[in-house]
Amino acid sequence: MSSKVIQAMYNDDDILMDAVKEVRAANHHIEEVYTPFPVHGLDKAMGLKGTRIAITAFMYGCVGFVFSIWMMNYMMIEEWPQDIGGKPSFTFLQNMPAFVPIMFEMSVFFAAHLMVITFYMRSRLWPFKEAENPDPRTTDDMFVMEVAVDGNEKELVSFLENTGTVEIKVTEKH
Amino acid sequence: MYTFSSKLKTFSYALMIVGILGVAYGFFTTPSSVEDVKIMLQESHDTHGATATHQNDTQANDIEATHDTAHSDDAHAEHAFHYLMNKPWSAVYVALFFFFMISLGTLAFYAIQHVSQAGWSIVLFRVMEGITAYLPIGGILLFVFFVLSSLHLNHLFVWMDPEVVAHDELIQNKAGYLNVPFFLIRAAIYIAGWIWYRQHSRKLTLAQDNATDLSNYTKLFKRSAAFLVFFLVTESMMSWDWIMSLDPHWFSTLFGWYLFASMIVSAITTIALVSIYLKGKGYLEFVNDSHMHDLAKFMFGFSIFWTYLWFSQFMLIWYADIPEEVTYFVTRFNDYKIPFLGMLVLNFVFPLLVLMNSDYKRVNWFIVSTGIIILIGHYIDIFVMIMPATVGDQWFFGITEIGAALLVLGIFIYVVFNAISKAPLLAKGNPFTKESEQYHY
Repeated sequence: MSSKVIQAMYNDDDILMDAVKEVRAANHHIEEVYTPFPVHGLDKAMGLKGTRIAITAFMYGCVGFVFSIWMMNYMMIEEWPQDIGGKPSFTFLQNMPAFVPIMFEMSVFFAAHLMVITFYMRSRLWPFKEAENPDPRTTDDMFVMEVAVDGNEKELVSFLENTGTVEIKVTEKH
Repeated sequence: MYTFSSKLKTFSYALMIVGILGVAYGFFTTPSSVEDVKIMLQESHDTHGATATHQNDTQANDIEATHDTAHSDDAHAEHAFHYLMNKPWSAVYVALFFFFMISLGTLAFYAIQHVSQAGWSIVLFRVMEGITAYLPIGGILLFVFFVLSSLHLNHLFVWMDPEVVAHDELIQNKAGYLNVPFFLIRAAIYIAGWIWYRQHSRKLTLAQDNATDLSNYTKLFKRSAAFLVFFLVTESMMSWDWIMSLDPHWFSTLFGWYLFASMIVSAITTIALVSIYLKGKGYLEFVNDSHMHDLAKFMFGFSIFWTYLWFSQFMLIWYADIPEEVTYFVTRFNDYKIPFLGMLVLNFVFPLLVLMNSDYKRVNWFIVSTGIIILIGHYIDIFVMIMPATVGDQWFFGITEIGAALLVLGIFIYVVFNAISKAPLLAKGNPFTKESEQYHY
C-alpha cells in the first residue's frame, strides 16, 4: 500500500455521513475520520465493529465482587473472628448483610476504574501523549476524512471533491 | 382497533371460574371451631413428634394475650384457629392487592410519561390506559374487602378488633390514626382520587385524538403533575394503612417507597407483556424493538431499585437488631424462609443477569420469560408482606392461594383487554406521536 493519504475536509456532519457512505460504496479504504464531536451513526456508516468494553466492565465487576468476598471472609471470619457488638462472625453468610455495602462498592470500583484504564490503554491515551489530529480545526468545527491512496491518485481526489468537501490535501501518512 | 378475541375472553372466564372454585374450596375447608383445630393439631403432633411450631410466635398482638410461660394447648389451638380462619381471606387480599397495585403503578408511570414529556412512550399509552382500566374495578373490590374486614367478617387487621385494642396499649396509642371510620374514609379518598385521574386522563387523550388544538394535551399535562403529587402522598399512606397496619406493632419509614418499587416494576413488566402480546397479534405495528428495549431497561433498573430498598429496610433492622423492629424479619425468616429468600433470586438475581445485556433486551422471549419471573417474584413479595401478619406459621401455598390469584387474574385480563378494544391503539393527537413512532435507540 502506498504511504500517501488524502485528507478530505468537510464542514457539516450530514455531508460527512453521506460522503462516508459514498466512499465505502466505491470501495475506498477510510483510514480515519476526525470529528470535533461524536457524530451519531458514524461508526455504523464506517462499518466499525461494536465495542466490547461493556463486557470487560462486567468481568472487572465480577473480580471486584469476588475480591471483596475473599477479603472480608479472610479478615472478619477466618483470621480474627472477634465479637464486635454482637454481630455473628461464625460464618460469612451469617454476617453477610454487614458486608454487602462493601461488596457493592468494590464491584463498582473495580468495574469503573479498570474499564476506564482499559479504555485509555486501548485508545492509547496518556498525559504526555502527542496529539494526533491532522488539522487543529478538527477540534473546533471541521471534519476530516482520511482515505488511503491506492492506485490512481487523481481519480480519487476528483471523486472526493464531488462528495461535498471544502478542502483536500494529499499528504504522507504520519 | 383491537378486537377482544373470543379465545382470550373464554380464557379469562375459565380463569375466573377455576379461581372462584379454588377460593370457595378455601372457605369451605376452614375449620369451623377451635375443637376442630385441636384435633388437627393433635394429629400433626402425633405425626411430627412433639416439636410444636410455636417457639416462633412473635405475634404478641394476637387475639389471645400471650402468657409468660409457653402457650397452653388451648391457647395454641385458639391461636391457630384464628390464623386458619384468616387464610382464605388473606389469599384473596394478596391477589386483590397485587393486581390493583399493577394497575396503580401503571397509572403512576403513565402520569410520569406525560409530565416528563417523554418522546418514546406515546405509542404505548393506549396499552397503559387499558391496564389502568382495572383500577376502578380493583379499587371497588378492595374497598368492599375493607368494609367486610371492618364488619369483623375476617380478622386480618387486628386493630379493628375492640377486644384486642382493649388489652393492647401500643394500639390504643395509635387509635387516633388506626380506627375504622378514619381508615375507610382515607381508603375512599385514595381510591376516589386515583380513579378520578384515571377516568379524566382517558377522557382527555381520547378527546385529543380528534382535536384541532393542544388544549386537552396541556390540560392533561397539568392534571398529571398534580396527580403525581397526590399519588406520592396517598401511596405512602396507603402502604401504612393497607399493608403496614397488618402488623400494628411494627413500623418502617421507607415502607411506602419499598411498596412503590414493587408496584412500578410489576407495572412496567405488565406493560411490556401486554404490548408484546398485542404486537404478536399484529395490532401494534408502530411499536418497535427500541420501545421494548426501553421497557426492558426500566424493568432492569426498577428491579435493582426494588432490591436496594428491600435491602436498605432489611439491613438497617438486622444491623440494629432492636427487638420491637426485628420481630418483623424474625417471623419472616423463620416461617417463610423459601419465599422470603426465593423472591430475592426472582426479583433481583434473575433480572440482573438476564436483562443486563443490551441485545437480550430486544429479544421478546427474553422479556416475556423475565417478565413472568418478575411478576411471580413480586406476587411472592406481597405474599410475604401480608401473610406472616395474618396467618403466621399456618401459611401454605395451595389451592386457595392459586385460586384467588387466578380469579383476580381472570378479572384483570377481561377488564384490560376489553378496555383496549374500546379505543384505537395509537394516541394520534399527542404532539410527540410522530417522534414516538420513529423512535429508535
